[in-house]
Amino acid sequence: MTAQLLLGAEAVGQGAMDAGISGAYAYPGTPATEITEFIQNSKQAQMMGIRAAWSTNEKTAYEAALGMSFAGKRSIVSMKHVGLNVAADAFINSAITGVRGGLVITVADDPSMHSSQNEQDSRAYAKFAMVPALEPANQQELYDAMFHAFELSENLRLPVMVRITTRLSHSRSGVVRRAPVSQNPLNPETDPNRFVLVPMNARVQYASLLEKQPSLVALSTVSPMNALSYATDNRSLGIIACGIGYNYVMETLQSQSLNISVCKVGQYPLSMSVVDPFIAQHDSILVVEEGYPIYEELLGGLQNTGKIRGRLTGTLPRMGELNPNTVKQAICGVTESKSPIEDPPMTALMPVPTRPPQLCTGCSHIDLFNALNAVLCNVEERHVFSDIGCYALGALPPFNSLQTCVDMGASVTMAKGAADAGLRPAVCVIGDSTFTHSGMTGLLDAVNDQTSMTVIISDNFTIAMTGGQPSAATNRLRDICLGLGVSSEHLRIIVPLARNHDENVAVLKEEFAYEGVSVIIAQRECIQAAKRNKKLLQKK
Amino acid sequence: MKRKKTDILLAGVGGQGIISIAAVIAYAALKKGLHIKQSEVHGMSQRGGAVQSHLRISDDIIYSDLLSEGNTDLLLSVEPLEAVRYLPYLSSTGRIVTAVNPFVNIDDYPPMEIIEQQLAMRGRCVFVDAAALAKQAGNPKTTNMVMLGAASFFTGIEAELFKDAIHEIFAERGQQTIDMNINAFQLGNEFAAASGRL
Ligand SMILES: Cc1ncc(C[n+]2csc(CCOP(=O)(O)OP(=O)(O)O)c2C)c(N)n1
Repeated sequence: MTAQLLLGAEAVGQGAMDAGISGAYAYPGTPATEITEFIQNSKQAQMMGIRAAWSTNEKTAYEAALGMSFAGKRSIVSMKHVGLNVAADAFINSAITGVRGGLVITVADDPSMHSSQNEQDSRAYAKFAMVPALEPANQQELYDAMFHAFELSENLRLPVMVRITTRLSHSRSGVVRRAPVSQNPLNPETDPNRFVLVPMNARVQYASLLEKQPSLVALSTVSPMNALSYATDNRSLGIIACGIGYNYVMETLQSQSLNISVCKVGQYPLSMSVVDPFIAQHDSILVVEEGYPIYEELLGGLQNTGKIRGRLTGTLPRMGELNPNTVKQAICGVTESKSPIEDPPMTALMPVPTRPPQLCTGCSHIDLFNALNAVLCNVEERHVFSDIGCYALGALPPFNSLQTCVDMGASVTMAKGAADAGLRPAVCVIGDSTFTHSGMTGLLDAVNDQTSMTVIISDNFTIAMTGGQPSAATNRLRDICLGLGVSSEHLRIIVPLARNHDENVAVLKEEFAYEGVSVIIAQRECIQAAKRNKKLLQKK
Repeated sequence: MKRKKTDILLAGVGGQGIISIAAVIAYAALKKGLHIKQSEVHGMSQRGGAVQSHLRISDDIIYSDLLSEGNTDLLLSVEPLEAVRYLPYLSSTGRIVTAVNPFVNIDDYPPMEIIEQQLAMRGRCVFVDAAALAKQAGNPKTTNMVMLGAASFFTGIEAELFKDAIHEIFAERGQQTIDMNINAFQLGNEFAAASGRL
């Protein structure tokens, strides 16, 4: 077969389909969104009846994937790194129950926080759950890793993580496909105890997870994701590299014609039979890993004698993503070879002004912030709790309307806590998708407690931030709020448009003054979604 | 044998069609049997923000998905200020091909003379009035293909291969779109050829 150009994320999607999945589960999040979108748009998925609609959040996605696995079929669940915080309960416990049909979780980490709140490293979660994690370094490896991951998962009867990072997910390269594997038949779990984690079963299951650990290490030793190359006559430095860090290492060796041994580690848990002899044969070791210094810490231990170098020793930067320059400098610094950069970068004399991301002209969030600012302009200490989505840009100039953005759903619950502390008015702004992701439960807390607060749902009928995926409860938000117990007098709908400004300001004022839970749904379609939908209509 | 590589940095502002330029070059390079890596930025930075794509073509294996500073052979920008932003990537022999049409969505946008001066100090430049040529091609949205046409001389890939790639990449959008984009590519190509800056 000839090579096909695929983004890393697309290679995951293609690999999963060819490896015989029956379902793909996910909640969008950069840089993982394109995995599921690729499957959704593929004719192959339609023909094979692969289920791939969006879930309401990462936890529901993970549990659905586990259910499919229980039924004997292969499933993939994908999310960005912080999504795994939301799905962590299901993830950790699925390692205890184990799986039946292959279950692969692809997590996309975002070092340097290009579009995230933090740069947590998902390998720490693999360690926590005690399951294998694969770290492919390029698009072809990603594709191949899906076959390997599903086989591992079914052989070990454990969920298997495939960890990718932003640059790998959003980089394109040629991928050669294999013959597809057919889907598993329906074949549900027969063991009456395995999935019933009451303490007496859970202890048995946990013991069996612990028993599997040596075989996990043995499998890492022979992993097809590893590669070892010994340099002739150079034992001063050896490099242990993984994921995309390996690419930057090899780039340096290629461009600088350096002769250095490289041990590529592609599968967690780290196998000492792979790295021990390598470390023993070199005077010093540079560990190049994208993300946290997980292997470096493991190898260097608490009393690092200086042999193991990396992010912890300052040889590489402690935070942020790696790039070809930082890795080149580290290698050349350690080897004391010639000036690391042969063409010194020609810095522009002029400082170049940045272009911060902006809300689109005509965006519904803008009119909401204008109304909000009009109401709160005389309140000295502003405290509008907010959340994650396009509307988070309301925290920046020219609006400066929002004072928090922590994790999905936190706006509602933080407003509640602040209201409990006596803060008035306690106001929060949350997007429609963020509300269904994890704002609804917080609203129920507020209703039950009769908290004096106002929840503004900025409803643009879509998940705009990640490219316009369908929002889970479009046209049903009102019913949901009523169902949660919000009173109909204090459930107001406004249309954020400049011409409704005065009217909207009046509604906000009234509800901010109300001593109890009120909800204002500010409804107007996302301007980008409106454009796309118009085009689609014209096509038809 | 020395390996042949072309490292290209594509720059612009979200919505200017950088990703389509990358797709066309990558497709053409694949047809030529070359190795390719192309990385792009999705997500937060797209809305009116600076957008870049790193494109690497070689007859040998390519490892890094990202370009190294000081090593880029071609800086191709659809917006003049964005060209200045990425100058640190350019190699000492690197070439600059940029549109002269500013996208002003910030208060502190520098004067055009200064931008042109900065660019000219760093490398041989081809300045293209891409907006005018795109209009001539039939659609202002084809500025990206005008720029590709102008820069194609520095990619090591033949114009005919690019035209095939345009057919392929825009196939789903109909013949009219394909024709307009081919037209735009051709106009950019002829302009650069006649500029005396190759
Ligand atoms: C746990 C978690 N999952 C996913 C994301 C990525 N993400 C950020 S905002 C957002 C959706 C926002 O949608 P909505 O609330 O409707 O607001 P909009 O962007 O449409 O204004 C997503 C999926 C995240 N930051 N955290």
